[in-house]
Amino acid sequence: MLAQIEGSQAVAESVVLCRPEVIAAYPISPQTHIVERLSRMVKHGDVGRCQYLNVESEFAALSVLIGASATGARTYTATTSQGLLFMAEAVYNAAGLGLPIVMTIANRAVGAPINIWNDHSDSMALRDAGWVQLYAETNQEAADLHIQAFRLAEELSCPVMVCMDGYILTHAYEAVDMPAQSLVDAFLPPYSPVQVLDPKAPISIGAMVGPEAFTEVKYLAHHQYLRALALIPEVAGAFAQQFQRLSGGLCSPYRMEGASIAVVALGSVIGTIKEAIDELRLDGIAVGCVKIGCYRPFPMVQLRGTLEGVTRVIVVEKDLAVGMGGIVSADVRMALQGLPIPIHTVIAGLGGRSIPKSSLKQMVQDARAERLSEPHFLDLNRTVIDNELMRRRDQRQAGPMAEQVIRAVNAIGTKVV
Amino acid sequence: MPEQRIKFYQTGTYTAGNRLLNEEARTVQSRMDRTNSLNSGHRACQGCGEALGARYAVDAAMRAAHDRLIAVNATGCLEVFSSPYPESAWQIPWMHSVFGNAPAVASGVAAALRAKGREDVKVIAQGGDGATVDIGFGCLSGMFERNDDVLYLCYDNEAYMNTGIQRSGATPPFARTNTTQAVGETPGNLPSTGKNLPRIAMAHGIPYVATASVADLHDLEAKVTRAMAVQGARYLHIHVPCPLGWGSDPAHTIKVARMAVESGLFPLFEAQFGTVVDRMPIRHKVSVEQYLELQDRFKHLFGPPRNTDAIAAIQAIADANIATYGLTA
Ligand SMILES: Cc1ncc(C[n+]2csc(CCOP(=O)(O)OP(=O)(O)O)c2C)c(N)n1
Ligand code: SF4
Ligand SMILES: [Mg+2]
Repeated sequence: MLAQIEGSQAVAESVVLCRPEVIAAYPISPQTHIVERLSRMVKHGDVGRCQYLNVESEFAALSVLIGASATGARTYTATTSQGLLFMAEAVYNAAGLGLPIVMTIANRAVGAPINIWNDHSDSMALRDAGWVQLYAETNQEAADLHIQAFRLAEELSCPVMVCMDGYILTHAYEAVDMPAQSLVDAFLPPYSPVQVLDPKAPISIGAMVGPEAFTEVKYLAHHQYLRALALIPEVAGAFAQQFQRLSGGLCSPYRMEGASIAVVALGSVIGTIKEAIDELRLDGIAVGCVKIGCYRPFPMVQLRGTLEGVTRVIVVEKDLAVGMGGIVSADVRMALQGLPIPIHTVIAGLGGRSIPKSSLKQMVQDARAERLSEPHFLDLNRTVIDNELMRRRDQRQAGPMAEQVIRAVNAIGTKVV
Repeated sequence: MPEQRIKFYQTGTYTAGNRLLNEEARTVQSRMDRTNSLNSGHRACQGCGEALGARYAVDAAMRAAHDRLIAVNATGCLEVFSSPYPESAWQIPWMHSVFGNAPAVASGVAAALRAKGREDVKVIAQGGDGATVDIGFGCLSGMFERNDDVLYLCYDNEAYMNTGIQRSGATPPFARTNTTQAVGETPGNLPSTGKNLPRIAMAHGIPYVATASVADLHDLEAKVTRAMAVQGARYLHIHVPCPLGWGSDPAHTIKVARMAVESGLFPLFEAQFGTVVDRMPIRHKVSVEQYLELQDRFKHLFGPPRNTDAIAAIQAIADANIATYGLTA
């Protein structure tokens, strides 16, 4: 049923359609609307015997789910940013134990300086923890990916993060088609665990493994995890059949026919990129884009297949590996190694900085004219940077950098959006 | 009469066998049908108080749960010595996640059982003093505060033993550990530090809190049994000497534990909803000195020169416990 609904509410309802049995969460913006709604629905009796635990930290939230999942329950949580890093040890543990927990990441920047707005620093920091990472472009896709996520997680015995841009998606009201319970039930069978804590058949879970077998255990985990690359398109296909719409998948091309330039990105910015591409195409520029829908495991082969015909790739990413540059672009380079295709890294949208269509169009023009620095920071305020660098050079006790930058930005009167 | 080693199972401080007791009052360990939840063959040190305490506690919990029990374990000696794959000494469903989350993992197990309508299966969580009073403290407090249906067992050997004897928030004043060495102005652990977790647990108002010791295994079993009869969050703090960390004779584990109780340093009591309802009076009081002397970790107190002030300070702690809990019979 089509509903004009906030992204967070859509995700909450989608999760409920998946019949979770244990939910534990800790509040953090911009995830709060999701878990508030879930707690209400559980308390109201809309989610069967589902238990909702108000816990004392994100570390506890995921730990509760580790216990619940190992006891055979379908489990869910949501977090972001500081919360995701606070639970980091448990994030790795859940993956190592092969527990099919589903977690929404309402993507948000990581402090300091503390910032509640959107970028991908949080989920990127834990990209190699052994969770499948799916990135939603729209609220419809966010809702749909949760239904796919439970199926993927349980078929793979592997936890899944569904990443959606904080505020941009979580707080946006859009028309979302919420599927019928019967269709979801047909798509997602009840959870049947491969390992379970059961007094009738006692097993030890999570014991110690020494150097003699650790490599083999990790190899098998890697092997198992890579199965996701085959399963994700399969599940997306089954989903399309069941629900009559395309959602998910490894990577999706847009106007890549005859494209010589490809813009690669993740998440909601794809919407703006598509619009920029439409306009650039009208100007006769052969540009397309590729959305990475599944970032981990990384769809190396599929991405290479989609990009190998182009002459230039621009990776737009909402993260920064300090002292290194782009995170996604390093992986894209890996996928395209051996091919003579220049690959630009464009760092954009950090801490909620909006990414306007005009900047994206300019970026493509600059790339064609070889005017992009490496890495390139989209819409960087150069005056502020130069002034602050000079001030710090002249003054030993220069004080907190963040404060000075804000002062400078206000003084110059540049709009920071 | 010459001293004779008695092999009967202990039932109390001064009773050596079960045969004098009626059937129901006998220890779980003495029964043919005990479950050996923590089976033999594990890799604990000789004389390990933690292994002994866990064996008694978990078997008693199993009996109370009619063999339907799930255990969650924090990282630490008990976890490591019992479970290097492919060997596991656990004959019950058992799970280890990380060091600081055992209470939360157990809350999750309990929640899943509730969601599945499996009220017949019971949950315990267990960890060392470090896992309990320090790194897992937040999760433990959360589990208490939500009154989740879990019995938490803390095996208190008064330091981080698994990592090689470092100070925890449960390390007693003046004790030497590898991070509170017997050097400097105040050798050993600083006095007036550390925390009393049973009291903190009581402050949560949970239905059951008790202390127990491997010196009195019958009492330990009885407390586990009583705790298992209660719904909600329950806490049992068990004193378990560690010969390696304490520098005591492995053959003296029970003796050392008993002296901790009889000196008043480790008071045995039970509390319900935040109020002490019972305590074990001291029958043969000993001085703290007699207890300290058995352990190398306090050796620096005995000099030369002898640290009379420190010994007096420890005696004062024991005396205060005796007064607080009314331990003089
Ligand atoms: C997050 C984290 N920090 C530190 C450690 C290292 N560590 C493992 S066991 C342990 C000590 C355990 O002490 P305690 O809980 O008292 O149990 P014991 O070994 O004394 O029985 C430590 C410090 C760890 N595994 N994880
Ligand atoms: S170090 Fe101590 S607690 Fe650990 S196994 Fe040895 S005796 Fe037991
Ligand atoms: Mg310890």
